[in-house]
Amino acid sequence: MAWVFDNGEKIFSLTLDHIALSLIPILIGFVVSVPLGWFAVRFPTAGKVVLATVGLLYTIPSLALFMVLPPLIGISVLSATNVIIALSIYAVAIMARTAADAFSSIDRAALRSATAVGYAEWGRFFSVELPLAGPVLLAGMRVVAVSTVSLVTVGVLVGVQSLGYFFTNGFERRLIPEVLTGVVMTMLVALLFDQALVALGRALMPWTTLMQQKSGVVA
Amino acid sequence: MIEFDGVRKEYPGGTVAVDDFSLVVPTGSITVLVGSSGCGKTTLLRMVNRMVDPTMGQVLIDATPVAKRDPVQLRRSIGYVMQSGGLLPHKTVSENIQTVQKLLGVPRDQRRARVEELMATVGLEPELAPRYPAQLSGGQQQRVGVARALAVDPNILLMDEPFGAVDPLVRSDLQHELLGLQRTLAKTVLFVTHDIDEAFLLGDQVAILGPGAKLIQHGTPHEIVAQPANDFVAAFVGADKGKRNLRVIEQAGVRLVVDSENRIAGRLGEET
Repeated sequence: MAWVFDNGEKIFSLTLDHIALSLIPILIGFVVSVPLGWFAVRFPTAGKVVLATVGLLYTIPSLALFMVLPPLIGISVLSATNVIIALSIYAVAIMARTAADAFSSIDRAALRSATAVGYAEWGRFFSVELPLAGPVLLAGMRVVAVSTVSLVTVGVLVGVQSLGYFFTNGFERRLIPEVLTGVVMTMLVALLFDQALVALGRALMPWTTLMQQKSGVVA
Repeated sequence: MIEFDGVRKEYPGGTVAVDDFSLVVPTGSITVLVGSSGCGKTTLLRMVNRMVDPTMGQVLIDATPVAKRDPVQLRRSIGYVMQSGGLLPHKTVSENIQTVQKLLGVPRDQRRARVEELMATVGLEPELAPRYPAQLSGGQQQRVGVARALAVDPNILLMDEPFGAVDPLVRSDLQHELLGLQRTLAKTVLFVTHDIDEAFLLGDQVAILGPGAKLIQHGTPHEIVAQPANDFVAAFVGADKGKRNLRVIEQAGVRLVVDSENRIAGRLGEET
C-alpha cells in the first residue's frame, strides 16, 4: 500500500492516459461498425465477405500490428496514434459482426410498420433501425470497451504510456505492488467504461428496462 | 375511391401472389377482402400505398395512378393499421400516435392537442400516453394503432387483419367501435381478414378471394349469403355446413334460432 501512496501522482496521470487512449478506439469501433453491420444485413452476399475479412483482422497479433502500421501510414512507432489505430482495427473486428446481428435482430414487423406510416429511408434508419438495434449494439460495445482497455496496456511495449507501464516496470523491478496496481487500475478503468455504457444505454433507451420487466406481454 | 385495375404480382422465381385482380373500393365505405392465409389479400392492400408495386396493371386513387406518386408522401397520406397495431416498441403511446404528424412537420403543440383528442376518440385513458407499447394490453395496442392511423385525418384507411391478435371479446368491442367511428368519419376503408364473420359484420362490400387473389365473388354480405357464387363461397361462408340455415324452435315460450346442426344462434326478438 505504501507504494501506491508514494506514486499517487504517477498512477493518476497514467490512468488518464489510459482512458484517453481507450476512448478513441471505442468510439471509432462504434462509428465504423454500425454502417458495416447495416450494409452486411442489407446486402447479405457482399456482407458475408466483408464480415469474414474484418473478423480476420482480430487474428493479427497486437505487437506485430504495432510494428507493421507505422511504416504503412508514415508515423512513428512511438506515436500514440499508432496504438489508437491498431486498437480501432481490433474494435471494428470485434464489433462489426455484432452490429450485423443487431440489425438483423430487429422485428421485421416494426420495420414494415415504419415504412407503412411513411418513414423515408434515412429517417427510418435513425429513428427506428438504430434505436431498435440499440440493445444488441450496447452489448457488443461493452465487450469492445473492456477488450480495448485491456489491449491498451500492450502499447507500453512500443513505448506508448498507459497503465501497462506498471506491468513492465514492476516486473523489471520485481515490485509486486506496482504490478498489482497496474492490474487493479486497468480493471477499474474497464469497469468505468462498462458502467458508463450501461448508464448511457439506460438514458438513451428507457424502453428496454420496461421490456425486460414485462417481456412476454408483447404479442 | 380506390380502383384495382387488372393488377398482377409475380415475384422473381415465378411465384404469382396476385393474378389479374380488378375491384373498385367506393369512397366512404368499408370494403373487406376476405380469403385464406397466403391468398394474396395483404399483397393487394400493400399495392395501395406502394409497399408492393404490381408487375402488371395499376392501382388508382381518385383516378390518379399511385405509381405516379412519391411512395413516402403517398404513405403519409394513407392511414395504415396492422396486427398488434404495428407500433414502434421504442416510442411511447403519445409518440407513436404523433409519428405521421411529426413526419409531416406538424408543430409540437398541435400534435399534443391532437393526441389527447385521438386517445379520447379511440377510448384510451389519457394516463396511458407516456407508456410504452409493451406495457399495454393487446386491445389497447390496437387502439393506439387506430389512433395513429387517424392522426392526420387521411381519407383512406388500410387495415391489415388489425384485430387478429386480440381475444374474441376485445375483438368484438373493437369491431363495433370501428363501425361507430366509421359512421362519423366515413373513411374509404380497405380491410383485410380471414374471418368471414368479421367481414360480414364490417363490410359494406365483401370480396371473397381464392388463391392468387382470384376474385370469386363480391357484393354485400346479404347478396353473398343469399346467392353464393359457387361451392367455394358456400364453403367459405359456411352455407354448405348449414351454419347459415337457421330455423326457429320454441323453448319455454321463447322463440330461439338454431342452425341446421342445432347450434344456437340467438333468440328471436319481438321488437326487432
